[in-house]
Amino acid sequence: MEAHESMPERPMPPIQPIAIAIFVLIVTGGVFTAAHLPRHVPQGPTIGLLSAAVVLLAVNSVLLSRIPNFAWRSFRLVAGWVLAAYVVIAGMLEYVFVYDDTRGTQLVILTLMLLVFAVNVPMLLGFSVARFQEPDA
Amino acid sequence: MAVVAEPTRAAVLAPPRREIQIVPLKGLPIVGIAIVGLIVAIATNGGWALDFYHVVGGATWTVIDLFLGFVLGPIMGTMSPQARFEFASRLMPKMLLLMPTVVTMTLGAGFQLARHLGNLSASYPHHDLLVASYAVVGVMAVIALGLLEPANIAVLFEMRKPQPNVERIGRLMRIFLYTAGVTGAMQIATLVLMTKITSG
Repeated sequence: MEAHESMPERPMPPIQPIAIAIFVLIVTGGVFTAAHLPRHVPQGPTIGLLSAAVVLLAVNSVLLSRIPNFAWRSFRLVAGWVLAAYVVIAGMLEYVFVYDDTRGTQLVILTLMLLVFAVNVPMLLGFSVARFQEPDA
Repeated sequence: MAVVAEPTRAAVLAPPRREIQIVPLKGLPIVGIAIVGLIVAIATNGGWALDFYHVVGGATWTVIDLFLGFVLGPIMGTMSPQARFEFASRLMPKMLLLMPTVVTMTLGAGFQLARHLGNLSASYPHHDLLVASYAVVGVMAVIALGLLEPANIAVLFEMRKPQPNVERIGRLMRIFLYTAGVTGAMQIATLVLMTKITSG
């Protein structure tokens, strides 16, 4: 095996830990909702969890956009394809919610949770690849 | 006293001899058939079909996690870097298609099956066990999406480089195998909960 030297890795903002925190919030909201269905689900906790997830997603977007000399081409390639896959997955889940007679505010909360989920996954996977690629010229 | 030289800079491999396909295109039709079948099973509330998807998906998911974490992981740890690279370059693309498919099959069919059988109702005698299984699956989902999949896809892109960084690949592969082991161990908790539910 031939050995070469490579550049040391650059420090990056904590995008992955924040993305994991977003997953924790969304999954907790999902488990809380599923534990109550098909009865009425108390909306205070789910709205609180969703709001916290939206704030963290916004923070992550800002942190990501401010990385200097980032491999945006790689990020867009990965995030784009993953987004396409997760739009299908989120669409299937939305279909199941509607099919199972979820209506009103509960449907809106679940839809927004799915939206955060479907944006968070591509952002994390795109970042996970792009951070190790050569920055765009 | 022996002096051990620590690697201060990442060593990288020579160019791989073959092109690594990140998403194995030949596998996509199989995934498509599995997902369409799942949609039909949910839409028709077919008892056998939902049962089939949930059991087959869950068994496959559990076995793969346990096998990766407790059998393949330790074996890979003893391989030479070149052998590990060759093995991972064949394993990881397949995992990228396989794992999301079996997870979707298991969870999608499982939730619909529970709804179909009336197990979601709070009056269901094992409702607490069912909620505990949601929590276990939730933790596994966070580990899989937050750590396992990012490591999987980052390894694949690193392997495609003209001069892949073998130290980085090794580090990411360790994350992948450890997290697979953790989710495998959590699968045992799921098995305990599910068998308790079905045995009454």
